[in-house]
Amino acid sequence: MSDRTVAVLSGGLSHERDVSLRSGRRLSTALRSVGLTVDEWDTDGSLLTKLSVQQPDAVVIALHGGEGENGSVQTVLEMLGLPFVGADSHACRRAWDKPTAKAELSRAGLLTPDWVVLPHSTFRELGAQAVLDAMVARLGLPLMLKPDQGGSALGAQVVRDAAELPAAMVNCLAYGETVLAEQFISGVEVAVTVVDSADGPVALPAVEIVPESGVYDYTSRYTAGFTNFHTPARLSAKTAGEVAELAVSAHRLLGLRDVSRTDAIVDDDGSIYFLEVNVSPGLTETSLLPMATEAAGRSLGGIYAELVDRAIARA
Amino acid sequence: MHSEEPEGNQLVPSKGQNLDPHLKRYAARAEGMTASEVRALFAVASRPEVVSLAGGMPNLAALPLDSIASEVAGLITSDGLVALQYGSAHGVPGLREQICEVMAIEGITGHPDDIVVTVGSQMALDLVTRIFCDPGDVVIAEGPSYVGALGTFASYQARVVHVETDSDGLVPEALRQALAAAAEQGQRVKFLYTIPNFHNPAGVTLAVSRRAKILEICRQAGVLVIEDNPYGLLGFDGQTYPALRSMDPDNVIYLGSFSKTFASGLRVGWALAPHAVREKLVLAAEAAVLSPPVLSQLIVSRYLATHDWKGQIKSFQTMYRERRDALLTSLDQHMPVGCTWTKPDGGFFVWMTVPEGIDTKAMQPRAVTARVAYVPGIGFYADGFGSRQMRLSFCYPTPERIREGVRRLSVVLEQEMELLRTFGPASRRIASGPQTPSPDTA
Repeated sequence: MSDRTVAVLSGGLSHERDVSLRSGRRLSTALRSVGLTVDEWDTDGSLLTKLSVQQPDAVVIALHGGEGENGSVQTVLEMLGLPFVGADSHACRRAWDKPTAKAELSRAGLLTPDWVVLPHSTFRELGAQAVLDAMVARLGLPLMLKPDQGGSALGAQVVRDAAELPAAMVNCLAYGETVLAEQFISGVEVAVTVVDSADGPVALPAVEIVPESGVYDYTSRYTAGFTNFHTPARLSAKTAGEVAELAVSAHRLLGLRDVSRTDAIVDDDGSIYFLEVNVSPGLTETSLLPMATEAAGRSLGGIYAELVDRAIARA
Repeated sequence: MHSEEPEGNQLVPSKGQNLDPHLKRYAARAEGMTASEVRALFAVASRPEVVSLAGGMPNLAALPLDSIASEVAGLITSDGLVALQYGSAHGVPGLREQICEVMAIEGITGHPDDIVVTVGSQMALDLVTRIFCDPGDVVIAEGPSYVGALGTFASYQARVVHVETDSDGLVPEALRQALAAAAEQGQRVKFLYTIPNFHNPAGVTLAVSRRAKILEICRQAGVLVIEDNPYGLLGFDGQTYPALRSMDPDNVIYLGSFSKTFASGLRVGWALAPHAVREKLVLAAEAAVLSPPVLSQLIVSRYLATHDWKGQIKSFQTMYRERRDALLTSLDQHMPVGCTWTKPDGGFFVWMTVPEGIDTKAMQPRAVTARVAYVPGIGFYADGFGSRQMRLSFCYPTPERIREGVRRLSVVLEQEMELLRTFGPASRRIASGPQTPSPDTA
């Protein structure tokens, strides 16, 4: 049993509030099951008072999207000098902005689908059709369109026909001012959780994602049964090792800490493409990190309790 | 680096995992029950920073809570063994008599025996659909229609045919044509589902001059009428309209509710049906819930007996009128050219149409970012229409918050119109079917 008291932060005001609340509840239950005392708090105007009055030993961030992943909440916790699980604010900023993470990892020699990043203003000023045509000429079709920041596939769409592009752009830009368009890579979609340990970052077994609809969108993610998972992924041991290596490299190169989840695609030739990395992976009943944890023979509560210890130790 | 992956060149053995082992067992009616982005976004709307013009929750702040509390305490003390026991599926007799008095305000002469008390009028609608609709049967409804009703019809695999509605409610000629078309195609139309007063979501009221025509058309076509009237007593000038049921008792099933006139959390509604139908409804209710909660029924009964409930409704009317005024005035002030909206004289809702090309569902994340919420119109149609519409509720936020919400919404619309100028109109998306109602959309 531990006498640690932790505050789990969930909810917030991002588009992923609902998912975050579910992650927070599951994580809190898991931490209590290994003996920690847990307070579950939303991030609102009362948070700083609660943190200062209750003085938890550590904070665990189960926020998804927005302030919880873009380094803002991390900055506040750093200012308060409170230990917290997860990457520091600078690393969060790098990972949160998908184009920044892709560029950094690409420079380091990792494969990532070719991409372009453009704000709405560019389309407005230069003429949407001309820019979209150039985009298609560069990336080909189908292509993947997603907001440059954010998760849960909100606003993301596979565009198979150029005629669909304007509507897809409007959908995507409802979530932010800038779109990330990527070359579409067909292959095996995997998610790899990386957890820090005393011996360095460890990749848990990759989870292979096979959505029934063919697209791992919001409905496929959060409706139990709409996606089949294979853990470990059905890859050769060699490829599985390379996938694990990619995830650990992303974790290291972006300066991440404690836990991260890298999403990647293995194409038909066995090339592995980095897609994006999450500093606050989903922990819901249909999320990928808990599956990887289970496949590794470890408990969610056990892993996060160790991360709490690590956070306190480095304070 | 450490990896827990095994070594070697063989495929890693792996067992596929589906997180729902019952997936292949669900009935076809469960098909649309999936996670939805729209629903997820409503989670943000519950935060106080967001002005929610989405929720259909009645504003209970004006209720005399202390007095109700002592009545409930007295009830448990004096009648606890009855209040906490099973009851009859038919409902508490005393309450059924009082319901007749409530309905008399709108001209209905009903017998207490022909009333079935239900868990909200939503359950009454479920029971009616259950006893009348086989899969593939057609239900006629206004376009748009109440999202909770569409969810019920979908769960019984009934097909919904929407009929045009204008500022005077359902258009009789359009109804006649829809019925004729259905007959031509050999479809079995089971009933017309209509909300004649202060419509949810359209905010319009069926003109009195149209009521007899609608009833006549349905009678001629051999189609039953389901009159859903939760807002009928919430006319802002205290006005009421003759209930369809009062004009054709044999062919109308009337659904009523205390959710908007007293307390939605008690979940007490009712159906008033012709005798033979009522018997089936009671049996269906017994199968569904054994009996509606006796405690809730007795609380409503005591409230009606001991409180000035008509005076309370008057105070609700005043409160909602003030909020309606705030919404309409703000819309006039802030909405961009090309937006139109209904002007309700009762109820909770305004139905707004935005400029051509804007898709209100696609725009919703932008609105949530701007801290304002509405319900996209597509949820109020079973056939994919409504992408240019949204429902705005004025029942819950204060007038000041409503004004702020409209201001924010106008900025969102301007931004969306800017996108439209850049990319052209968003293509019309096909609805994924009605979502089951939550308190946010009810």
